[in-house]
Amino acid sequence: MNAVWTFLAGLLFGLGLIVSGMTDPSKIIGFLDIAGAWDPSLAFVMGGAVLVGLVAFRFARRRTASFLGGAMHLPSARQIDRPLIIGSLAFGVGWGLAGYCPGPAVVAFGAGQEQAVVFVVAMIAGMALYEAEDRLLHARRRRRIPRELSDVAGDA
Amino acid sequence: MIDWTHFTPWSSLAGGIMIGTAAAMLVLVNGRIAGIAGIIGGLLRPATGDMAWRLAFIIGLLVAPPAYLIVAEPMPPTIAASYPMMIAAGLLVGAGTRYGSGCTSGHGVCGLSRMSPRSLMATLMFMAAGFATVFIVRHLV
Repeated sequence: MNAVWTFLAGLLFGLGLIVSGMTDPSKIIGFLDIAGAWDPSLAFVMGGAVLVGLVAFRFARRRTASFLGGAMHLPSARQIDRPLIIGSLAFGVGWGLAGYCPGPAVVAFGAGQEQAVVFVVAMIAGMALYEAEDRLLHARRRRRIPRELSDVAGDA
Repeated sequence: MIDWTHFTPWSSLAGGIMIGTAAAMLVLVNGRIAGIAGIIGGLLRPATGDMAWRLAFIIGLLVAPPAYLIVAEPMPPTIAASYPMMIAAGLLVGAGTRYGSGCTSGHGVCGLSRMSPRSLMATLMFMAAGFATVFIVRHLV
């Protein structure tokens, strides 16, 4: 049941990315190129999404269980730290170079875009690099907090 | 200067509302955050034991283009970056989003909707880096 709903959410999310034009890297670069011919479309995408999101999350925060009865996995991390800043800056550089962020890249992969396929494979490799480094750090520090409890809660 | 020939305010706003609705569905029905980098990254951690919903969401993203074809013909995308550039960018996006615990959807859409200061900071950082990178690539190099 859970998987059926997440499939539908993924499908709607993907269709939204296509309709909004965000699966076209030139639209992203057009937004990021303020010194050139500026295309503000991306701001409208974010605005529309956050408009709905504000209402939904206000409602979600008050709930103790999801509609299907499962736990609410809302991020608990609050501190603005070095990994957040450095990681986000690195992401921004890659985003500006390719015009792809994870969502649109996966959708373009689904459309069979060759460049997107290459990008997604490299992106997963980058994620695997992070996992390997993280695992090494955890082993070295011998943290007492189990990985299952410490990790996912921080994801936005 | 706004590029009026390529600016798509209405379809972008409509698409944004669809994205927001999808994120709302995921958090209310499943109790999960629609952060694409986090959803994919979680698949690389077999310990988490919650593969099914992640895979189902990603399959949803992957079938969106063929599903869209039923209704309309999509505009062909314009991709300027070369293959080596795509590899470098992919590595940066993959490692960066995991290290920074979120991407445009996780921090940008869901985080700003949650009014999280941490996500606002992340969004400002990746936007700033994106603007700077495009400026350097387009206007300096």
